[in-house]
Amino acid sequence: MNLSNSNSLTFQELILKLQAFYAERGAVIQQPYDVEVGAGTMAPETFLRVLGPTPYKVAYVQPSRRPADGRYGENPNRLFKHLQLQVILKPPPENVQDLYLESLGAIGIDLRQHDIKFEEDNWESPTLGAWGIGWQVMLDGLEVTQFTYFQQCGGMDLDPISVELTYGLERLCAFLQDVDSIYDIVWARDPMIGGEKTGKEVKYRDVRLAEEQQFSVYNFEAADVQSAWKHFELCEAECKALIDRYAALGKDKSDEQKIHESMQRLDKIQLADVAREKSRFPLLGAYDLCLKCSHYFNILDARGAISVTERVGVIARVRALAVGIAKAWMDQQYSSEEQNIGQASKPGAKEEKGKLAPVVT
Amino acid sequence: MADFLLEIGCEEIPARMIDAASRELRERLNTLLLRERLEPAGAISHLDTPRRLAVLASGIPAAQPDITERVNGPSAHVAYKDGQPTPAAHAFAKKVGVDVGNLEKVSTPKGEYLSATVTRKGRTAAEILAETLPKEISALYWPKNMYWRKRGEVFVRPVRWLVAMLDEQVVPLELFGLAAGKTSRGHRIIASDSVAISKPSAYVEALRGAKVLGAAEREQVIRKALDAATRTIPGARWREDKPLLATVVNLTEFPSAILGSFDPEFLDLPEEVLVTVMRDHQKYFAIEDVNGKLLPHFLAVLNTAADSDGLIRHGNERVLRARFNDARFFWQTDQKQTLRQRVDLLRHVTFQKDLGSYYDKTMRVQRMASWLAETVKQSGMAIRPGIVHKAALLAKTDLTTELVKEFTELQGIVGGLYARVQRLDEDMKPDVQLAVSRAIYDHYKPESMEDDAPATVEGAVLSIADKADSIAGMFALGLIPSGSKDPFALRRQANGIVKTIAEHKLPLRLSEIMADARVRYHGSEAEKKFSNASYPESVRSFFRERLEFYLKDARGYAYDVVSAVLAVDSDDVVDAVARAEAVSKVRGSADFESISSAFKRMKNIMRQASEKTKVIALRVDPVGLQEESEKELAALIPQTAATVEKLRAARDYEGALLEIAKLRPAIDKFFDKVMVMVDDDNLRANRLALLQTVVKEFSTIADFSEIVTEGKESTK
Repeated sequence: MNLSNSNSLTFQELILKLQAFYAERGAVIQQPYDVEVGAGTMAPETFLRVLGPTPYKVAYVQPSRRPADGRYGENPNRLFKHLQLQVILKPPPENVQDLYLESLGAIGIDLRQHDIKFEEDNWESPTLGAWGIGWQVMLDGLEVTQFTYFQQCGGMDLDPISVELTYGLERLCAFLQDVDSIYDIVWARDPMIGGEKTGKEVKYRDVRLAEEQQFSVYNFEAADVQSAWKHFELCEAECKALIDRYAALGKDKSDEQKIHESMQRLDKIQLADVAREKSRFPLLGAYDLCLKCSHYFNILDARGAISVTERVGVIARVRALAVGIAKAWMDQQYSSEEQNIGQASKPGAKEEKGKLAPVVT
Repeated sequence: MADFLLEIGCEEIPARMIDAASRELRERLNTLLLRERLEPAGAISHLDTPRRLAVLASGIPAAQPDITERVNGPSAHVAYKDGQPTPAAHAFAKKVGVDVGNLEKVSTPKGEYLSATVTRKGRTAAEILAETLPKEISALYWPKNMYWRKRGEVFVRPVRWLVAMLDEQVVPLELFGLAAGKTSRGHRIIASDSVAISKPSAYVEALRGAKVLGAAEREQVIRKALDAATRTIPGARWREDKPLLATVVNLTEFPSAILGSFDPEFLDLPEEVLVTVMRDHQKYFAIEDVNGKLLPHFLAVLNTAADSDGLIRHGNERVLRARFNDARFFWQTDQKQTLRQRVDLLRHVTFQKDLGSYYDKTMRVQRMASWLAETVKQSGMAIRPGIVHKAALLAKTDLTTELVKEFTELQGIVGGLYARVQRLDEDMKPDVQLAVSRAIYDHYKPESMEDDAPATVEGAVLSIADKADSIAGMFALGLIPSGSKDPFALRRQANGIVKTIAEHKLPLRLSEIMADARVRYHGSEAEKKFSNASYPESVRSFFRERLEFYLKDARGYAYDVVSAVLAVDSDDVVDAVARAEAVSKVRGSADFESISSAFKRMKNIMRQASEKTKVIALRVDPVGLQEESEKELAALIPQTAATVEKLRAARDYEGALLEIAKLRPAIDKFFDKVMVMVDDDNLRANRLALLQTVVKEFSTIADFSEIVTEGKESTK
C-alpha cells in the first residue's frame, strides 16, 4: 500500500480539484462570503439562493467560524475555524449521489478500494429556520460530507428543493494525506525553483495555527461580553428596522391601492415608485446584520455568557430576523407581475427580476 | 398463475426504518391481493437493502376469476304484454347484455320477475396491480418523510427506479415520475449499475450476481466474517451486540468485516468510554478476551467485498485513533478540576428554564435523597445515608465535563468513573468512596424497563430522588405528559422509580415521595411559576398508570388482577406487587372464581340501590335478619375478618385470600335463599348493610369484582 504523502493532493490542490469538478458541471464558483458565518449554509449563496423557483448551481469554499469549538491549536482534530466546500444544486439532478461519488474520484479516491456508506443524518438549523433530510457520508469510517436535501429554509417550504453538499476539507485532506493532525496537512508544496523541484512544503500549521491560538484566547477569554451584547443588540435593532421598513413599503402600497380604487387619483407613477423602492431595498444588508447577530451569539456562547435558559430565546431572536428576511426576499425577488408593475413598465425590468439568476444552468 | 415482483429502488433508507417498512409493504401487498381476489398460491417473500424494498409473490392468478351472478329485472307483467317483450324487457336485456329471448323468469314472494345470468369478467392482475400499488407504496409509514419532486409527494428518500413484473411482463405502474421496468441496480461500487431481471423468480440470483444480498444472508455473512476475523486473535471473541448487528445488516448490501487494532495504551481509558466510541460513534464491535476484558482491537463491517490492500482498515484505525485521542484529551482535561470543585459550576448549567440550575436541583435532591435514606434505614433495611448524601452532591457534576459534553450518553457513568479515581474527601475510606462512585454511576438507571435498577440501595435512593425531583418540578409547572407528548421523558423516569422501588423492595410510598419532592421546591424562584393546583391528584393518577404498566408489562400480571389490586391501593409499589402475586396464585381456584362472581353481584346490587337512592343501614342488625343463610353469613363475618386482617397485616396475602375463599359456601347459600331488594324498607336496608360489610371487610387486598370470571366479559 502506498500511503506516501508526496503523491496525495495538497490542501489547496484539493480545493482546486473540487472547484474544477463542479465548474465543469456548470456551477458558479463563488468566493467565500466575507462576513463571519458558522457554516457555508449561512452564506447568502445558500440561504437566499435556495428560496424561490430559480434554478442555481454554485460551489464555494466557506471558512466557518465556531468560536466554542476552538482548542487553542492543541487538539489535532478540532478547530475554531474550518473550511467547508459548500455545493448547492437546485434542483438536485436525479443522479446527484453518483455525481457526488464522482467528485471523490476527482480527488483521487478510488471507491473500489474503499468502504463508503450513506448513514442517516438529518440537518437542522434552528437559527435559520431551516432543515433537511440526508446522510453523513462515511468513507472508511470517517464522516467526509454532509449530504442534505433541503426541505425548508427561513421557515418556508422550498419549491424546488436544493441539495446541499458540505465537504469538511480539513478532514478530507488529512484522510488523503494520511496525517493524524490537521496541523500536519500540507497546504502547499513548492513545485519548482529555478527549474528544480524543491518540494518545500507549507503546512496547515504554518498558515493557521496562530489564528487558532489567538482566536481561542479571544473567544474564550478576551472577548468583552458587554460589548458583544451591545453589538448583538445594535445589529439586531438595525436589522429589525430594515425588515419593518420593507414590510411597511408593502403596506403603503396597499393603502395607495385603496386610495387608487376609491378616488381614482393615484397614477401609475406613484405605484411604480413603490415597486422601485422595493426592488432596490437593501435586504442583503439586513441579512449581513443577521449574520453578525449569529456571530456575536456564538462568541457570547463561547464566553459562557449565555445560560441554557437564555440560549433558546436568543436563537429565536436570530431566527426571527432570518425568517423575516427570507419572507421579504421572496417578495422582493419573486413577487407577481402586478406587484412589480412599475418595474415591468421600464425597459430591461424583466432581466432585473430575479437578478441573481444563474449565469450557468 | 404468475409470479409477481415489486422493487422500490431508493436512495439509502435509514437503517432503523427498513425492517418495519418491509413488513408493512408485505402486509399491504397481501391485503391487496386478497381484497382483489388474486390470492397467491405461494408465500410472499422479500429482499430489503438500504437501496431497495422488494416483495415477491409467487403463483398469482393472471386475472381475477370471472363472477357469474343472477341479476333480477322488471316484473314479468311489466316486461311482457300479450306474450311480447315490452321496451322494459328490451332495456333490461340490453343492460345485462343478454338476448331478450334468453331472459329467464324467477318466482319471488312478490311475484314473477325477469332475470338473467350475467358473467362479469375478472380484471387482469397486471391491470389491478398497476392501478392500486402506487397508492399502497405512497401510504407506507415512515418516521420521517421528505419530498424531492413536488410538495405533497413524499417518501423516506428519493425513489430512483421501480421494477414491477408478472413473470416476464412489466406491470405498467407509474409513481414518483417513474415508470416501472425490468431493470434493477446492483451494488453502488462493486457491481454494474444496471441489472436486467428476466423474471421474478430470477430476481434474487440476479441481485446476488450484482453483489446484493438479502438481510438474512447479510446477517449470516457478517456473523461469519466477524468470527473469522476474531479467530486471528487467540482466545478472543467479539462482543455480541444485537442492536448493532441489526444496524450494520441494514447499512450494507454486500457486507464483509475487517479486524482493526488500536494502541493498547488507550486501554487505560475506561471501557465504557472506549465501547461507546466504538459502538455508538463508529458502529464497531468490541473484542474481549476469555475473561471479558477488552482487547485493543475492533471489528468494522464494510459494505464492500474485501479490503485487499488494507486501506480500509488503515482508514478506520486512523479515525478511531483520533476519536480515542479526543476522549483521552477530554479525560485529562477533566481531571484539572475535581468533581467537588465542579459543584459550583452547576450554577451555570440550566436544569429547566423555570426550575433553575443543576445546582438548585442538586441541593433539592441531596436533601430529599438523605430523607429517603433515613426513611429506608428506619424500616430496618441496611443503607448508609452518608453515602447517599455524598453521592447526591456530586451526581450532576459530570455535566460540566468535556467527556460528557462529547458523549452525552455517558452522563452519570463518567461521574461515577471520576469519583472512583479522584480524591473525594480527606480520609474517606476506600470502601466508602467506591460506594459513592457506584451510586453516582448508577443514578440514571434504569433507563428503560429492560435496563437494570441501580445495583446498590444507595444508588437506588439517589436515582429515585433525582427522578422524583424532575417529575415534581414539571408537574408543578403543569408540564404533564399527554398522548405522545412527553418531551422530558417523565414516563420513563416514573417507570424507573416504580421499578427501582419494586426491585429493591423499598418501604417508600409514591405519594410520600412525590409530596416530599414538591416540598423541596418551597421558597424557590421556581415555585413562583408553579401553576398546577391539583398536583397531588395529577401525580397520583400518573403514577397509578406507571405502576399498572409495570405490573402488566414488566411483571406480566393479568390486566384484571392488576385492576383488582390497584383498585385497593396504588401507592405502595412493593405491596401492590405482593398482592398481585397472591391474587394471581389463587385466582384459578373454583372457590375464588365463585367469590369473584359473588362480589361482582354484590357490587351490582349496591349500585342499583344507590341509583334508586335506597337506604343502606349504618350497620347490620343481626336481629333484623330473617333467613337462616343471612344470619349465618352475618355471624361468619367478624371472625373471618379478624383472621384475614391478621394475615393481611403480616403480608401473608395468599393466606388471607384463602381465608376469604372459605366464605364461599356461606355466600353461595345467601344468594340462593335471599332476595336483597325486597319491598320491606328495613329488611332491605339491613341486607344492603350486610353486603356492604362483606365488600368492605374483604376488599382490602384486591377488588375481586374486577376479576374476570369464566364466561363473563370484562367491563374494560
